[in-house]
Amino acid sequence: MVGLGRSRAVAFVAPALVLIGVFLVFPAFWTLYIGVTNYRLTGAAAKAPEVVGLDNYRGVLSDPAFYRSLWLTLIYVLVSAAVGQNVLGFGLAWALRGARRAIRRLIESLVLLAWVLPSSVVAFLWIAMLDRDAGTVNMLLGQSPGTAWLVQYPMTALVVFNIWRGTAFSMMLYSAALSSVPPSHLETARVVGSSTMQTLRDVVLPHIRRHALTNTLLITLWTFNDFTPFLLTAGGPDHRSEVAPVYIYNTAIVGGDMGYSGAVSLVVLLINLLLALVYLRAARAGRSS
Amino acid sequence: MSLAKAVVARILTYVGIALATGFFALPLLWLLSAPFDDSPSYGVHWPSHLTLHNFAALGHNPYAFGSLVNSVLLGAGTMLLVVVVAALAAYALSRVRIPGRDALLYGLLLLSSVITGTAAMVPIFLLIFQLGLIDSRFGVVLVLSGGLLPAAIFLLKDFIDTIPRSYEESARVFGATPLQILRHIVVPVARPGLATIAVWTVVQVWGSFLTPFILLRDPDKQPAAVLVRTFYTEGGSPNLALISTFSLLYSIPVVLMYLFAWSRYGFRFHGGIKS
Repeated sequence: MVGLGRSRAVAFVAPALVLIGVFLVFPAFWTLYIGVTNYRLTGAAAKAPEVVGLDNYRGVLSDPAFYRSLWLTLIYVLVSAAVGQNVLGFGLAWALRGARRAIRRLIESLVLLAWVLPSSVVAFLWIAMLDRDAGTVNMLLGQSPGTAWLVQYPMTALVVFNIWRGTAFSMMLYSAALSSVPPSHLETARVVGSSTMQTLRDVVLPHIRRHALTNTLLITLWTFNDFTPFLLTAGGPDHRSEVAPVYIYNTAIVGGDMGYSGAVSLVVLLINLLLALVYLRAARAGRSS
Repeated sequence: MSLAKAVVARILTYVGIALATGFFALPLLWLLSAPFDDSPSYGVHWPSHLTLHNFAALGHNPYAFGSLVNSVLLGAGTMLLVVVVAALAAYALSRVRIPGRDALLYGLLLLSSVITGTAAMVPIFLLIFQLGLIDSRFGVVLVLSGGLLPAAIFLLKDFIDTIPRSYEESARVFGATPLQILRHIVVPVARPGLATIAVWTVVQVWGSFLTPFILLRDPDKQPAAVLVRTFYTEGGSPNLALISTFSLLYSIPVVLMYLFAWSRYGFRFHGGIKS
């Protein structure tokens, strides 16, 4: 202890704890309460919300709209992050390993740029590119009037968009991981004539397994909580791309039904908690081995 | 592997790399072509007449410039609050042995990744509504700070742990108070760590959409991330000249900040702490 008594230390930590407590921890626990009330943004229930017990939860669990949004979220997360970003990120890291420096820098910069730009900007870039009448995609396909991608195939568009948006993290993480594979092992695999697939499975995978787990959990957590789909499709048309974050926004802020959305939020919080705990467990297991 | 097979594999690799390049470059091209096109459309094409007059259109929009100022205000406000509050907390946690300290830090970090903008949208909105802070930039700063502080404290504490205590001890012998020690000894030594946290905070706030979107209704107070969605012509179609030039101006600072941070701290700057 260097001249900093316990009481002063508490005073130094207090502002941080107050801010975190009021604006991070309290809201999470308050969700528990909001979810059992009939809180609304307007009308009588706005002034004096009443406790309605588990009605909201019963409502949520018997609402097809809730299951639809969970299902869409599952597709979005699995296909775009767990598979799409993961595979493309690894593929790029693997392919660029031996590429010329200039090519490598160029592609890495493009992939990173897609990740770094603000979400409002990239969302509009995709709206422009996928536009029915003049969008670049339809122009390249030679269709005019072309396909209204965001209207006819909203989920496919969101999935491809998110692969484009988030692959950078996987690519960077896997390129760091691949550099930890001893070159002599790769050389041995080449000399004994194993195919690329065999090399990946027997030589590379054992070295990057932990990185792959970390990567998958993090991008799953981020994609699950990603609000950018709202900027592209706002959940439409006809709720066909209403992933969980957009569903909460539409029922809470647009629909004004806070109690019901509070109940949905709790489900999202619990899934987040589960993902984070699995992540921490995996990280700890990796450290002790 | 036979020679023919090796050649085919080589070619496939190059085709794959070329396709990936096209995939990642295609959406970005519009951001480079449309702002300089005197009649921008949705499609990417070489501007028929290169021009800079689209940038003048920014001046005709009553909110465009102000929203960039708002982004700066939100970024600077959050950055100040996070850096000062996190530095105080990290220093104390690094130097004083409080029982359960590590558990507390891990717990907070866990909470900050679990309680995201999406999951906490409903209670945050109600909380700010009850506090009467809807349409207040200060409210947005408070909410964003609460979310960023755990990671900031965690990273800063790691940094301060590596600073030897002997400097502080000798200063104390000469009668310096803890705040003086913090200001004149710890802060100068910890400057690189503080700078990292500062840049990281601004980057996070600059791009954040959801929190200001639900908490700010008045276009005079909205940051660029939110305002850019309102750029429509009188006819109701998007004003492409305005959107493209504004998006470009709004994107440049964040790209520069990343370049700066990466050149100094490498990819670790972002490893696992993007929220």
